[in-house]
Amino acid sequence: MTLAKVTANVVSTEKHAHYHGRKILVVQPVGPDGKPKGKSMLAVDGVQAGIGDLVLVVDEGGSARAVIGDETAVTIRTAICGIVDRIDVAEDSATAIDIEDR
Amino acid sequence: MKLGRVIGRVVCTQKMECFEGLKLLLVQPVDEGGKDAGSPLVAFDVARAGEGDLVMFEAGKEAAQANPNGWFNPADAAILGVVDEVSTGPRRSR
Repeated sequence: MTLAKVTANVVSTEKHAHYHGRKILVVQPVGPDGKPKGKSMLAVDGVQAGIGDLVLVVDEGGSARAVIGDETAVTIRTAICGIVDRIDVAEDSATAIDIEDR
Repeated sequence: MKLGRVIGRVVCTQKMECFEGLKLLLVQPVDEGGKDAGSPLVAFDVARAGEGDLVMFEAGKEAAQANPNGWFNPADAAILGVVDEVSTGPRRSR
């Protein structure tokens, strides 16, 4: 799983049947310091996440289908499986993320 | 999935049987602001996309699963949806 921030909402009418009725969000992977890391991607939401949330993202097909609870949706690969409230890091490690200021 | 813009069409007369009847499109990956993000690639289309459309595409083994001619095929990119809108705000209050 990777940490990511939800940056946008995607609206699509014409799409593959596996995505019907599912919320699709743009997520930007971030490091433990909250800074963007790598390219953004689209993820199916499994936990009612919204724009601005810091989330946990799985980018593997089997895991993503477990999140949405439909093992027949075989074209789905990326899903949001948690909303992060807080991250505690060791004092001698990176700086803690201020969730309120993300 | 990733966001992309359809920038062209690819025509192949001689191709594997599993790609018969599929539309192949040239896709430029973009970010949520519409800026280019990486190199163009070829993806087959199952969402009735056309040139200039903003689309969402899957790259990887999940793409092959969208092929209506059967799952056992070598496709590694598929357009799975046409994007109507990408909205970046307002931020949700929690």
